[in-house]
Amino acid sequence: MRRTRARAVWALHLAILLLLLGLQFVVPPFHQLMLARIMALAVYAIGYNVLLGYAGLMSLGHAMFFASGMYATGLTILHFGFGAGAAFGLGVLAGAIMATAIGLVTLRASGVSFLIVTMMFSQAFYLATLYFNEITMGDQGFIISGRLQPLVAGGREFAFSDPAVKYNLALVVFGLCLMLSVWLTRSPIGRVLVAVRENEERTRLLGYNTSSYKLLALIVSGSLAGASGSIYTLMFSYAGSSFASILFSIYPLLWALLGGTGTTLGPLLGTALMTYVVDIASGLTSSYLLVVGATLVILIMWFPAGVMGGIRARWVRWLP
Amino acid sequence: MGEVAAVTRLLETTALSKTFGGLEAVRRVDFRLEKGEIRAIIGPNGAGKTTLVSMISGRIGPTSGRVLFKGRDITGLRAWDRVALGIVYTFQVTSIFKNLTVYENVALAAQRRLMKGALGRLTLPQHILAEAVNRALAQVGLADVGEQDAGSLPYGHQKLLEVAMALALRPEMLILDEPTQGLAPEEITALSLLIRALSRGVTILLIEHNMAVVLELATKVTVMDKGGLLAEGTPYEIETHPDVQKVYLGL
Repeated sequence: MRRTRARAVWALHLAILLLLLGLQFVVPPFHQLMLARIMALAVYAIGYNVLLGYAGLMSLGHAMFFASGMYATGLTILHFGFGAGAAFGLGVLAGAIMATAIGLVTLRASGVSFLIVTMMFSQAFYLATLYFNEITMGDQGFIISGRLQPLVAGGREFAFSDPAVKYNLALVVFGLCLMLSVWLTRSPIGRVLVAVRENEERTRLLGYNTSSYKLLALIVSGSLAGASGSIYTLMFSYAGSSFASILFSIYPLLWALLGGTGTTLGPLLGTALMTYVVDIASGLTSSYLLVVGATLVILIMWFPAGVMGGIRARWVRWLP
Repeated sequence: MGEVAAVTRLLETTALSKTFGGLEAVRRVDFRLEKGEIRAIIGPNGAGKTTLVSMISGRIGPTSGRVLFKGRDITGLRAWDRVALGIVYTFQVTSIFKNLTVYENVALAAQRRLMKGALGRLTLPQHILAEAVNRALAQVGLADVGEQDAGSLPYGHQKLLEVAMALALRPEMLILDEPTQGLAPEEITALSLLIRALSRGVTILLIEHNMAVVLELATKVTVMDKGGLLAEGTPYEIETHPDVQKVYLGL
C-alpha cells in the first residue's frame, strides 16, 4: 500500500510538470510570461514552505535570502561578466550562506521572536542595499541584459530575452526544486522536521538534535529563495532593492498560506492564485491590495489549511 | 565484589540536585540501578520523582551532581545523545504526535537508528523501516491501527503507542513515568504483563502511584520524599517500612 502511494505521489508531481511543459504551446504569450514568472516565484514559495510548513518556523525575513541570490547573480554578471550557469550557482550559494549565518544567530528564538528577529535582519539587509547604492544602485536597480551571454547548449544559443527560453528555464528550475522538496519531505529528514513542528521537546527525546534540523531547514529554505531570486534576475534581467523590502518577505508567507503550508503543491498553487488575483484586480481598480486582502480572508475562512491543505484533509489523504 | 558491581551497574547518580528558584526539587540524591532490574520509584506528589528521572533522561540539567551511565559520566550530555546510548523516557502525560498517524509516530522513533550517514537521512528503504515499525506496533498490540491518526486513539492505546515508540528506539534503560495513570483496570493488567515481558531485555525504571502494580512488578522499590531518598528495598520491605507507611501511605 505504501509503495503504491509513493508511486502515486511521484506520478502526480510528474504529471503537473508535464502539464506545465505542455501549457506553453497552448496559452497566449501574455499568460506564458505570467506562468514563467509564477514558476520562478513558486521556487521561493517552496523554499519558504520547507521552513514554515515542515519545520514550523515562520520568518518575515526571507527577502534577504531572495535578494542575496538576486544580487549575487546580477552583480557577478554585471561586473565580472559571469556566465548564467556560474552566476546562478553563486545565487544559490549566496542564499545558503546567508541562511546559515542568520540561522546560527536567530534560531535561538522561535515563534514570534523568530519572526521579529528575522524581520530585523532583513530590514537591516534592505537598508544596506540602499546605503551601498554605488554597488547595488539602490532603489533604481540595474539591468544586466547587455552583459548576460546567451546560454549555449548543443551548439545552439538561447537568448534570455526569448519568452520560450524564460519559460523553460523557469520550468527546469521549478521542476528540480519541486522534486527536491517532495524528496526531502518524504525522507527521514522530512519526518523529523514535521515532528519538530508538532512537538519539539518530544522530538529531542526521540534522539534528534532538533536545533541542527531547524538549521538545515533554514539553509534549504534560504538556498531555494536564493535560487528563485537568481533565476528571476536571469529571466527579467533586473535586480533592485525593492526585492529586498518587507513586501517580498510577506509574499512567500501569503503564497504558502494560500496554497497550503506543509503541502508540496501548495506553494505553486498559492503563487499562481495570488499572482493572477493581483493581476486581475489591478486591472479593475487602483486599490487592488484591498481585493487581495478580501480574497485571502475568504479563502482562509473556507480553507484555513490553504487550498491544498483543505483538499488533503477532505479528499486526498495521501497528498504529501 | 566491587568489580562485579561495576559490571552490572547501569546507572548511578551522585549528589544529584535540582533547584527551581528557591525550591529544592531534588536534594543530593545518590541513586543506583543495576542491569536487569524493574525499579519502581514511589513517593507523594512533589517528592521529586519526575525531576529526578528528567535529569537522568537529559530533559533538564541538574543544578549540581553527576549522572553516570555504564560508568561513563553523561551529566553534560544532551537528551538526544542519551537516547543514542539507550536511555529512553516516556512521558507522564501522553506526548505522542496527535496529528500524525500511529505508523508515522513509531517511524520517527524507529528511523533514528536506521539512518546512517548523510545519505541515510535522505533515503531509507521503506520496507526496512516498515519492518521495524510493525514489529514495535505488534509488540504492544497496535498492529491494526497503524494508519489511524494517533490523536484519535483511545487514551489507553495512546499510552501503548508511547511504549511502542520507546521500544522502537531499542532502549537499554526504559523510564516509564506513571504508565498506568488514567487506565482502566484491564488495561493496567495488560500493560503490567507487557512491562514484565519487556524487562527480559530492558532495564526498567518506573514511576508509579498504583501500589498494586508496584508490588507486582518491581524487583526493588525506591521511596522519595521532599526531594530525597527515604528508603530502598524489596517491595515487601518497603510495604512494611514504618517511615514509608508514615510518609507515603499516610499511616
